[in-house]
Amino acid sequence: MAEKNYIYAVARIRTKELSLLTASYLEQLLGAKSYKECLQLLIDKGWGDGTDNSPEHILAVERQKTWDLIADMVDDMSPFDVFLYANDYHNLKAAIKAVYTNDKREDIYIKSGTIDPALIYKAIAEKNYDLLPERMQSIAKEGLDTLLHTRDGQLLDVIVDKAALDAIYAAGSAAKNPIISLYGELTVATADLKVAVRAAKTGKDRKFLDRALAECKTLDLSKLKDAATEGFDAICDYIENTKYSDGVEELRKSMSAFERWGDNLLIRAIQPEIRHPFTIGPLAAYILARENEIKTVRIVLSGKINDLPDDSIRERVREMYV
Amino acid sequence: MGLAFALLGAASAALFAGIGSAIGTGRAGQAAAGVLTEDPSLFSKVLILQLLPGTQGIYGLLIAFIALSNIGVMGGTAPTSLGQGLAYFFACLPMAGVGLLSAMQQSNAAVACIGLVAKKPDQFGKAMILPAMVETYAILALLISILAINGVAALG
Repeated sequence: MAEKNYIYAVARIRTKELSLLTASYLEQLLGAKSYKECLQLLIDKGWGDGTDNSPEHILAVERQKTWDLIADMVDDMSPFDVFLYANDYHNLKAAIKAVYTNDKREDIYIKSGTIDPALIYKAIAEKNYDLLPERMQSIAKEGLDTLLHTRDGQLLDVIVDKAALDAIYAAGSAAKNPIISLYGELTVATADLKVAVRAAKTGKDRKFLDRALAECKTLDLSKLKDAATEGFDAICDYIENTKYSDGVEELRKSMSAFERWGDNLLIRAIQPEIRHPFTIGPLAAYILARENEIKTVRIVLSGKINDLPDDSIRERVREMYV
Repeated sequence: MGLAFALLGAASAALFAGIGSAIGTGRAGQAAAGVLTEDPSLFSKVLILQLLPGTQGIYGLLIAFIALSNIGVMGGTAPTSLGQGLAYFFACLPMAGVGLLSAMQQSNAAVACIGLVAKKPDQFGKAMILPAMVETYAILALLISILAINGVAALG
């Protein structure tokens, strides 16, 4: 057997997929008259744990429920680590900045990572990089040194964000399951395109692009950098010749429309997993589907809090997995 | 020597079809357990789907009994020549081979259909028919093995 068998876990996930949010349920949320009504609909659906009905708590509980469920079903969680790498690298940035500014706050870290934020802080504070996984050691040192020498927080962000993309891509490429590989590829490709567009709009030079863009299979970085130094239209022309040509129309509308397009692309790509009974794919797809619905609910709730018109919120709402 | 081959045939039918069924019901059982963890009310439905790959083991047992009843172990007369022993052996092979493979393939269909029942319990009837289609080939192999064993016995 080429891949480990996940029959029990997939069958259990099939039942859990019944409680995923559907497009019609999102319409119901959007149709709620107020933020409070919207929140009540989610609570009635079983979101949260009843102890604290603040949106942040409810969304954090839902994310934790997903990871607890997966941990309950599989012995080895490492194939799913790639989904948490972004959190690890966010925590690394936060820890470097915290050490630099002597900030002891704990609420600047994302709790759901593969490495304990306290350990990351300790490694940076003591300059004992061996405490970190190998993939983070050199970037942690480079990040801290850069901040100490340049005092440029944005440069630190660029360095660590690229390292995060490199780590996601490497983990995706090494994964045996095509869904995890696809996640790595799409995450890096869409991030590269967004960075290139922002760089073009803010007039960043080639050196910045060399630092910020991460390698992936579906983009020719040399051409993308050339396009980014030329300007926004050149980037659109370049994307027209890639497999992401459908995104150009959205990119011309706005960056948030392009981000939505990128998220929808991933969700559409993982949808066939709803029919696979044996592999790790449906579990990975379920995690991504849950992350997608948590992100969408966050968009709806923040839209409702800020009294945005329903149509304006609807434009940002992602497609659902089921 | 003839009896040894005849016995090997009978043992193969029970062995391979039994292995197929054990693997098949095991896999379907894993899927059933996954569904029951979340929704115990589906027990009777997923149990039936789990049992479907188990029939090949019974067919293998049946063929083994019929063969043993004809070759002098539980009745009948022992094969007098190597050729007759080999004939019994080959007569048992359809059930051995098809039993093994069809049980494993049927379990794949059963696992997928358990997933279907988990999502749409009202579609249980259709979900049961799909893996049952695989059964057709196990039954055909069973028939051929029965006819062949009886034919070899009639040839004397």
